[in-house]
Amino acid sequence: MIPQEICDALKAKFPDVIKETKIEGVFDPYVKVAPEKVKDIAQFLRDDDTLAFDSLMCLSGIDYTGGKFGVVYHLHSIKWNHKITLKVEATLENMHCQSVESIWKTANWHEREAFDMYGIIFDGHTDLRRILMPYDWEGHPLRKDYKVPEYYNGMKVPY
Amino acid sequence: MQTTLVQEEVDSRPVTVPGFSRPLRSHEMVINMGPQHPSTHGVLRLELIVDGEIVVDAIPHIGYLHRCFEKHAEYMTNYQQVIPYCDRMDYVAAMNAEFGYVVACEKLLKIKVPDRVEYIRVIMAEFQRIASHLIAIGTYGMDIGAFTPFLFCMRDREAILDIYEQTCGARLLYNYMWIGGLSHDVPADFSEKVKRFCKMFRGTINELNDLLSYNKIFVERTANVGVLPGDVAINCGASGPVLRGSGVKFDVRKNDPYSVYDKLDFEIPVGKGLKGVVGDCWDRYMVRVHEMEQSLNIIEQAVDTLPPGDVQSAIPKRIRPDASEVYVRTETPKGEIGYYVVADGTASPYRVKVRPPCFVNLSVLPAMVRGSMIADVVAVLGSIDIVLGEVDR
Repeated sequence: MIPQEICDALKAKFPDVIKETKIEGVFDPYVKVAPEKVKDIAQFLRDDDTLAFDSLMCLSGIDYTGGKFGVVYHLHSIKWNHKITLKVEATLENMHCQSVESIWKTANWHEREAFDMYGIIFDGHTDLRRILMPYDWEGHPLRKDYKVPEYYNGMKVPY
Repeated sequence: MQTTLVQEEVDSRPVTVPGFSRPLRSHEMVINMGPQHPSTHGVLRLELIVDGEIVVDAIPHIGYLHRCFEKHAEYMTNYQQVIPYCDRMDYVAAMNAEFGYVVACEKLLKIKVPDRVEYIRVIMAEFQRIASHLIAIGTYGMDIGAFTPFLFCMRDREAILDIYEQTCGARLLYNYMWIGGLSHDVPADFSEKVKRFCKMFRGTINELNDLLSYNKIFVERTANVGVLPGDVAINCGASGPVLRGSGVKFDVRKNDPYSVYDKLDFEIPVGKGLKGVVGDCWDRYMVRVHEMEQSLNIIEQAVDTLPPGDVQSAIPKRIRPDASEVYVRTETPKGEIGYYVVADGTASPYRVKVRPPCFVNLSVLPAMVRGSMIADVVAVLGSIDIVLGEVDR
């Protein structure tokens, strides 16, 4: 399927949830969806026979500055060899997003990483702990306004 | 009869132990493996919950080697400065890591790289694949208890490092692939040296098969151990030899070609379950051996068709991509590495997210070791071939 057909299939199934689609003028065509519906969309994308997105290549958190955050899902279908990108937006007031761990197991550690680095909370994740930073670390380091703490457990951090 | 009932009642009541991830039942015990355990190939801590000799659950704790790659990348003053950091992720396969990054940046900048550069990159990447697989195979043998193959592997890896040293001066962390070109052209007697190596190395693979691959002790330790079915592997996002060992014929070089891989002729080896079932440790190991043979084929073809030209002619004077974003994936020896690069129109990247193959492959480990013996954890871990520098970034 070409990206246009994938977008059309999504729009037909979820008319109110799709916020924006962009196919021309970008390297990876994307669909912007509501954070509280990601799981349903992911389930449809994986289980529909003509779409069959069986693998989640990458899940990235991103800080768009000004209190706006995002989660980007890069999907690929090994069966049909087509790709699409899903985008979700979160704000500092509402850092919640649905977890897709039950659909693609890959998401488990990637969501933990996005939580660790940006503080995005994935509802429905089975084990949302920090992954790369120590468990008792404070703050989310990849945020653009992050300040390195002076001390961590009595050790000086900046060198 | 009554006593057994009471016993079961006691057993089924989980007890929370401070400092450990999950409550334990009375017949369970926690064994802490790592971060200094030799078979973890770096600093990985595994919390093994065991019932006697059987592993009930394994909980990996990572991050001991976290060096803030993604934060560093945002803080760089230009795009080229990120390349040395890519080298330091998977430090035994640095060429492949920088390959992915430069391909992503070139796509952002819409640069067409000269054919000579592409072919040299492919040769270097395939050499690195052989070198990385040699380490994987050698240390895997050593984990299982075979010391000699490791020495053979290191000896031949040395020959590859010599070729690298003559080309760019570095043996481990190269900074060789630049955005739009290469740091050095290959030396004058390059193709002759490469051909000599390929000829020599085919003999080594046979030697390695005799010594290790079909060795009865090795086969007994690896066949039917740590079985990963193909559909689980896809769902967990496994890639590289871990995915292909499970019988899934998927390789980014073939299925989503980048550089000049679509012009080269090679096979994708997959696990067939020759010694046990499809997707066991032996299959993953054997995929690596066959991949080395395929890499030799690719290198020989690329050296024969190496076109003349200047390797630095396409390097842009000013690297400042328009505000856009790209996701590029390439095949490293460990699997598929993905770079999600977001540009905001300035001279430094806004966001560089890496999807490291080892990180994802390691997350499959608990599913593979559940229900196996403690000693098999070492065999499974070695068969995934992780490099902690890349897991933790």
